Amino acid sequence: MSRHIVAAVGEIPPGGRKLVTIRGREIGVFNLNGEFFALVNRCPHQGAALCQGVIVSRLEAPTPGEYRLARRGEMLRCPWHCWEFDIRTGQSWCDPNDVKVRTYDVTVEPGEQLAKGPFAAETVSVAVEQDYVVVTL
Amino acid sequence: MNVTLREHQIERPAQSHLGFIDCDVHPYYRTLADFDPFLSERWREHRRSIGNRSRQGLARASLYPRMSPGNGMRGDAWPKNGSPPGSDLDLMREQLLDLFDVQCGMLAPLVGGAAAERNVEFGAAMATAVNEWQCAWFCDPEPRLKASVQITLEHEESAIAEVERRAGDRRFAQVNIPPRGLEPLGRHRYRKILAACAANGFPISLHLGGTSGHASTGGGWPSFYHEEHPSYVQSMQTLVTSLVCEGVFEDIPDLKVVLVEGGFAWLPALAWRLDKHWRRLRAEVPYLRRAPSEYIREHFWVTTQPIEEPERPEDMLRTIEWIGPERVMFSTDYPHWDQDDPRYAFKVKLPEDWARMIFRDNARALYRLD
Repeated sequence: MSRHIVAAVGEIPPGGRKLVTIRGREIGVFNLNGEFFALVNRCPHQGAALCQGVIVSRLEAPTPGEYRLARRGEMLRCPWHCWEFDIRTGQSWCDPNDVKVRTYDVTVEPGEQLAKGPFAAETVSVAVEQDYVVVTL
Repeated sequence: MNVTLREHQIERPAQSHLGFIDCDVHPYYRTLADFDPFLSERWREHRRSIGNRSRQGLARASLYPRMSPGNGMRGDAWPKNGSPPGSDLDLMREQLLDLFDVQCGMLAPLVGGAAAERNVEFGAAMATAVNEWQCAWFCDPEPRLKASVQITLEHEESAIAEVERRAGDRRFAQVNIPPRGLEPLGRHRYRKILAACAANGFPISLHLGGTSGHASTGGGWPSFYHEEHPSYVQSMQTLVTSLVCEGVFEDIPDLKVVLVEGGFAWLPALAWRLDKHWRRLRAEVPYLRRAPSEYIREHFWVTTQPIEEPERPEDMLRTIEWIGPERVMFSTDYPHWDQDDPRYAFKVKLPEDWARMIFRDNARALYRLD
């Protein structure tokens, strides 16, 4: 297990994302209303760069003709075949138990604590007065 | 479905996935003015002042808009300059031709509106222009790409002239005809055009699409693109049935037909049904000297994308066995949203000899690419 500082908190606004490469792995870091989540940038279906897809809501229809938007802005739609994935869990919409995207633990930590190390800061320079997004691999 | 938690693959694809022949690649224009250098002044002015008159009624929109921007483009295939996916040869090389060391890519230019043009003379001019444009923009700078001859099926004279004009030009590999036309392709009115294709050494490719103005299913207009997408299979089935039952292959024994992007798992079941009826109803089509399935086996090829994904992946092998592995050819459909990646398209391991045939040898032989 290694921990990597990937961004200052303000760098990824709510609804935004940042694509980072950690130890050769492309990972998308997403901000859902202040909570951060990380998914590998690879669709389990045919390998597309999933984290470049559009962010959508989960459209539910309990019966034909009745619609509601749930989980607003929390689903990621693959740029190739439009498979949708839950950004929080990596679960696919079409087969949530068996088809998942790899997720990584993300925490927000104060720069003061991070400055003590040992962390891999990659390209992010740490200032003690800021909070940072940390991904655990 | 597979459980897959592998990492994003950023390295070069494995050797076994390189060097295939891609039987469905889509080139696009940046703006319609790209065709102007290949139109006479008379038709340039027509294009600018009047434009296309499609049989579908909507001039600038699809009847079934697709979910991805650009009316169904792969989300990561947009050139940085904002032009449509497929219009930038360098990006096509980066994402397809060079990435996979593609030996040949068969172009299917779904552009220009020639096939569905109500003004058939303008359609004929656009067909010629699109053919010139394919060479100038794609096949000349990138000889791995092979053009498909565009024609206007409703203007026999110009269609035959266009086929003859491209005969012997090795930049052109086939003649492209949309499966949705005014009448089923086996009808007598199209026979001379089909004969000209065969006589000049061109297979015909039926790439799904076309806008005939007819409802897209035999039972009326559906509501969703989700319904429209599989309805293309109906168009393919209609044409296979028509070509067989009208005796086209008795008339033109060397006609070769490629079904592009229409799936293939349905083909064996259609052949079984046609054989069954042939035994009972043959008096209606007495010129058919063989069972329909025999004509199908001999004259038809299928391309793989959008690949069938059976619930039991191994069912794919039986399906290919029914059709004949020598009749199946790999295709990506780059840069469309539903394109297939050669590394992951097949969810089951193909026998080595089948893989060689499907990814390379079948297309090489059919299109005489050596």
